[in-house]
Amino acid sequence: MSVADVAAFPHDPYHLRRAANERDVAGPASKRIIAGYGFWLFLLSDIVMFSAFFAAYAVLLGANAGGPTGSQIFDLRNTAVETACLLISSFTCGMASVAVDARRRGWFYAAMTVTFLLGSCFLVLEAREFASLVAQGAGPSRSGFLSAFFTVVGCHGLHVTAGLLWLLTMMAQIFAKGLRADILRRFLCFSLFWHALDIIWVALFTVVYLFGIQQ
Amino acid sequence: MSEHVFGRDDVAPGDESPIGEKILHGIRGYVIGLALAVLFTVISFTLPATHLVWAPGVPVALVVFAIAQMGVHLVFFLHITTGPDNTNNVLALAFGALMVALVIAGSLFIMSNLNQNMAPMNVMMNMRH
Repeated sequence: MSVADVAAFPHDPYHLRRAANERDVAGPASKRIIAGYGFWLFLLSDIVMFSAFFAAYAVLLGANAGGPTGSQIFDLRNTAVETACLLISSFTCGMASVAVDARRRGWFYAAMTVTFLLGSCFLVLEAREFASLVAQGAGPSRSGFLSAFFTVVGCHGLHVTAGLLWLLTMMAQIFAKGLRADILRRFLCFSLFWHALDIIWVALFTVVYLFGIQQ
Repeated sequence: MSEHVFGRDDVAPGDESPIGEKILHGIRGYVIGLALAVLFTVISFTLPATHLVWAPGVPVALVVFAIAQMGVHLVFFLHITTGPDNTNNVLALAFGALMVALVIAGSLFIMSNLNQNMAPMNVMMNMRH
């Protein structure tokens, strides 16, 4: 509440009855704002779900039941490459957002293709890590620590898989239907989803790998 | 709040501004975000190997850098800012952060408390007879 507001509306400085007589009645927010806000709430609830998995992992970090510990099974170089893939894919997804805002379809397809390739690289690296762990006899049933590890990392991997399918769907929809308002709302939600996955990965490489390797 | 004007538009999370911004401006934001995120990631990965931080303090340092990097992602990639058009988004984020803190800190506290107060396993086995 500024001095200017009080001066402009001396009888109603808090705009309590502003809807009755004013020209600047905002009305309901646009669909884009409502869709983005609703999806933001979903993402936050998803992050709360992940926090439960992180808590389980932190509690079970020492519960290796005589099995391998984090320092024996984690390869930080692999994790670093995965991190680079996801971080750069988040950047290229941002480039796709800029291209959509500028209505440049060619740049949009290029940025989305790079995003898809980097996301696929991430998934391949993660699948290889899981496969080698299971082959060593360090599968999710070996210890509480490994159960928690496969749950939290696998859940993030499933999210990335869903994100890749959604990415292809968005490319196909923009190709087939053009830059319509409803398609742009879907793309806004997709880009939020993709960036949120990267935020979860930051927590993941810190808690799961960098803490786990000290065990 | 001096620029607070009623009838203004809110901004959806992920949108940078209600008015179409210049392309270069948009790209610049993502480049700054990427540079900061890379910086924090490299620090996180190399910190435990160096002895710049007192060893028992390393986990705290890692958490600090992780939270800083999440902040960078929120501001530069998701465009969650402190502007008046972002109040709803920030409030939802604050509530989410509260839930995350309660779940994680609560779980760690309860489980460590149980661990400290529970009798060792061999004592428990003898108590049954």
